[in-house]
Amino acid sequence: MQKTVKQEMMALAGDQAVAYAAKQSDVDVVAAYPITPQTIIVEKFSEYVADGEVETEFVCVESEHSAMAASIAASATGARAFTATASAGLALMHEMLFVASGCRVPVVMAVANRALSAPLNIHGDHSDSMAQRDSGWIQLYAENAQEAYDSIIQSFRIAENLGVLLPVMVGLDGFTLSHTLENVEALPDEVVKEFVGVRKFATVLTHEGKTVPFRLDPDNPMTMGPIALQNYYFEFKRQQEEAMKNALDVVQQVNSEYAKISGRSYGDGLVEAYRLEDADVAAVCLGSTSGTMKTVVDGLRQDGVKAGLLRLRTFRPLPVEAVRSALANVKAVAVMDKCMSFGGNGGPVFHEIRHVLYEAANRPYVVNYIYGLGGRDSSPVELRSIYENLQGILRAGRVETPIQYLGLRG
Amino acid sequence: MTKQDKNWKEIAPAGVCSKSSITFLTGDWKTYTPVRDPAKCTRCLLCVLYCPDGAIHWRPEKGDIEFDYNFCKGCGICANQCPTSAITMKLEQE
Repeated sequence: MQKTVKQEMMALAGDQAVAYAAKQSDVDVVAAYPITPQTIIVEKFSEYVADGEVETEFVCVESEHSAMAASIAASATGARAFTATASAGLALMHEMLFVASGCRVPVVMAVANRALSAPLNIHGDHSDSMAQRDSGWIQLYAENAQEAYDSIIQSFRIAENLGVLLPVMVGLDGFTLSHTLENVEALPDEVVKEFVGVRKFATVLTHEGKTVPFRLDPDNPMTMGPIALQNYYFEFKRQQEEAMKNALDVVQQVNSEYAKISGRSYGDGLVEAYRLEDADVAAVCLGSTSGTMKTVVDGLRQDGVKAGLLRLRTFRPLPVEAVRSALANVKAVAVMDKCMSFGGNGGPVFHEIRHVLYEAANRPYVVNYIYGLGGRDSSPVELRSIYENLQGILRAGRVETPIQYLGLRG
Repeated sequence: MTKQDKNWKEIAPAGVCSKSSITFLTGDWKTYTPVRDPAKCTRCLLCVLYCPDGAIHWRPEKGDIEFDYNFCKGCGICANQCPTSAITMKLEQE
């Protein structure tokens, strides 16, 4: 096995870790607009630019819609583009997110996950990125600042893979991760630069009959994302679905390649199974909650409860096989949603995990816990009660309340 | 759908055009046609700059402008901008 490289221990909040990763990833263009709790990313990156530490073109735009438009344009010319946003900012990008994925530009974006208005709330939940679930972006969710750093670096490799060519968003929980100082091991600049490499291009046949790199170039003109009506639109959408399928392999490859140099990996890159081998009861969650959940699981194990956790690191593409096999022997599953799908009979992660388990050989009980909306804290005691309820379901042999609200009054 | 339409595995990504738009004569769309009075026209070229379709060309060899009716959609921006009202929009059949 290749020896991992010597790394520098730094005290970084999640946002700073993201900015540092972007700095090291040889990014050509950053177009961004500040919004809490993502602000530090853009602020920090603009300092790198002002101090001459990067050669990046920094574009101060007038809105997030423009930030995404500029990132798409930059990426379409062949540049490596990065941006960051949160909450209402991501919502304002909505239209352009589909343009990014439809134009197959490998933009990487950090999303410091935050609740959506109204009422106004600046704290962390997943309402913003879950609302962009179907925008054609790959979605990764980080558990801690270290993973946010690692995931940004990995995302350029995933997005720019010629079998993928899709934009990637990396979610880090607002404040819990974005503003909390952690010890982060950072790779040396040259190691990151070599790992992300120089962007490669697919080749396409243009209207002039020339086979050229897939990028906007005045010497080899081409039109990206023009009109495609009843006769072709559907075919382009099918291509995007194929790219998502390809991403399942690429996320895993990049995760294991990265492990060789850094010594860090996150499950198989798609999901992280924690003490699931012989678990009877398990929770499924995303993001920073999994850190607390692992401690809760350890406590339950000490008390003789066969508890486990499945962390969904990659939400898009949905790792169907990985989830199904990780939960194959679990008898009762609690799916946790830091987001609501109003009138949808449960949250978005619940819908998808239950959908995956429908095809399981031994279908477990599956319940939903909506929690942490607007940044509400979930204590270890509350999280432990989820497992206790799952044990109750196993004892009773039935589910009484399939959808529950954790830590809600009344 | 015609037989020559390609399947999703055969086409370039992102809708990259396989054909030039030169053969797609969008001038067919127009209802009104810009007609210029050369006597009133001062060759200020504002219409050339404003035309959203690039369908008005400056021909230096002639010292004059030329409308490309194959691509003029008849939007009327040229007539609206013309400071000497040298351009009028006429119904196609007139």
